[in-house]
Amino acid sequence: MTSDTLRDAPVRLSVRGLAKSYDTKRGSVPVIADLTFDVRVGEIACIVGPSGIGKTTLLKCLTGLQSISSGQALIDGRPIDGPPEEMALVFQEYTRSLMPWLTVEKNVRLPLNHLRLPAAEREERIRGALAAVGLAGAESKYPWQLSGGMQQRVAIARAIAYRPEVLVMDEPFASVDAQTRFELEDLCLRIREQFGMTIVVVTHDIDEAVYLSDRVIVLGERPARVTEIIDVDFGGARDQLTTRAVPEFAELRSEVFELIRKAG
Amino acid sequence: MVFTSSIPARTSVARRAGRSGTPRWVLIGTEVLVPIVLLALWWVASANSTNAFFPPLQVILERLVQLVQTPAFLVDVGSSVGNLLLSFVLASVIGVLLGAALGLVRPLAWFVEPTIHFFRAIPPVALVPIFVSLIGFGNETRIISITLAALFPVLISTMDGIRGTEPTLAMVSRVYRIGWFDRLVSVTLPAASPRILSGMQVSLITAFVVMIASEMLGSSTGLGAATLLAQQSFAIADMWVGILVLGVIGYATTAVFTLFRRRVLRWYLASQQQEKNA
Ligand SMILES: Nc1ncnc2c1ncn2[C@@H]1O[C@H](COP(=O)(O)OP(=O)(O)O)[C@@H](O)[C@H]1O
Ligand SMILES: [Mg+2]
Repeated sequence: MTSDTLRDAPVRLSVRGLAKSYDTKRGSVPVIADLTFDVRVGEIACIVGPSGIGKTTLLKCLTGLQSISSGQALIDGRPIDGPPEEMALVFQEYTRSLMPWLTVEKNVRLPLNHLRLPAAEREERIRGALAAVGLAGAESKYPWQLSGGMQQRVAIARAIAYRPEVLVMDEPFASVDAQTRFELEDLCLRIREQFGMTIVVVTHDIDEAVYLSDRVIVLGERPARVTEIIDVDFGGARDQLTTRAVPEFAELRSEVFELIRKAG
Repeated sequence: MVFTSSIPARTSVARRAGRSGTPRWVLIGTEVLVPIVLLALWWVASANSTNAFFPPLQVILERLVQLVQTPAFLVDVGSSVGNLLLSFVLASVIGVLLGAALGLVRPLAWFVEPTIHFFRAIPPVALVPIFVSLIGFGNETRIISITLAALFPVLISTMDGIRGTEPTLAMVSRVYRIGWFDRLVSVTLPAASPRILSGMQVSLITAFVVMIASEMLGSSTGLGAATLLAQQSFAIADMWVGILVLGVIGYATTAVFTLFRRRVLRWYLASQQQEKNA
């Protein structure tokens, strides 16, 4: 996949003037003021911004878990007003998103039950997803027997096995070691290539944003607005060593860094 | 990769001491030994008793051996244990189903909850006379009284447990569009199970107390009735046998339930342990 074919792909996710305020005891608290951006089919979009800016809130609006106060979020042109079938979300609080009474394998299996897949495919998806995140052999462990990073990978495996058209992840690689992080980043690129998945990732790591993205969406101000949308034209095939070594990588990196610093 | 595993300690005492470093076998040994030592003390202390109300333990045990061979005694024991277990199972099933319904459907709870809290406030034993006057002295009366008294703890804890479910898990169910049945069986009920089982434990104790009370009020069958009758007819050894056997039944059902709870909540106890060690 080249960047040109990506730029011409149809829009999958469209955010139009989205605003969100939380109703609290002290009244309505605006968190997101006005966001507008698109994510095309097969794109990887990274959302970056200082913590507490409303990234998680935005993802909850996109996945239909939170109502939108004004504006719209659309998937394939349909307004999102509840969790859409074709989406999966990897939660930021990954430890709390796994069922401690189910084994790793059963955690991954649970969302597949209602998809009515042929048994062979279902088993293959579970096996494949666990192998992809490096958890082959841990099937019969319970989440609480695993380290934080491994639990995070179970949550990622569950999302991958579900094979959504749009995969949304909230700081998914926050507690894995550097090596695993590189592997999981490449896994993202691979599943995008393999299944044409559209991926939206919130990340704290600027290098990661530049390495993964076709576009980096920088949020700033409070309540949040889009500070800048930066196109990244490295195309589909990327490599941890060579991609990170090109001069454009360093340029994009400092550009994003500068924007976040101003936004914070 | 760090795989850690911990087998939940076998007894509550052992669990508490797991932290203080006392070897586990000492604690399990203690738990077994204490009742034996108490019985031995009773034996020795009562050996030469001439008090008509405190016969020697030896006399009581001899009477126990005799009674165990009489059909009437066995019928009493069977009736008591049968009523206890049947009512406990009924209360648990109804309590969990009704509690789940009330926990999940808010509007339903608004209507029913005040009533529940009113009836819960009545001491369970006090319900027995109401049923005796409503339905009479039959065995159904006993079963209904026990079941109803045992219903509230499990019902209320199920309701609370379901409402206290980790919100992230509810969001996971929504995002992955998990069907209602999977949601109930694989998410909601397991999430509430620690509280449900605590409630069931209270229900079991309540059922035991009300079982005895229901037999002492106007009934002629059951260990409670037999024990009371023995007391009234000055068959003191028989009375003590009744008390002893009731104690054993209470202890045994609680012990079996504790094992069951530990089995069902293995994931919970072990993950708690994990958190403590972390
Ligand atoms: N359920 C909620 N009710 C009220 N305020 C909330 C809620 N969730 C988040 N917030 C507030 O919204 C702001 C943005 O939070 P969040 O979306 O988690 O930010 P981020 O993910 O960028 O760190 C924070 O100030 C947070 O306190
Ligand atoms: Mg967040």
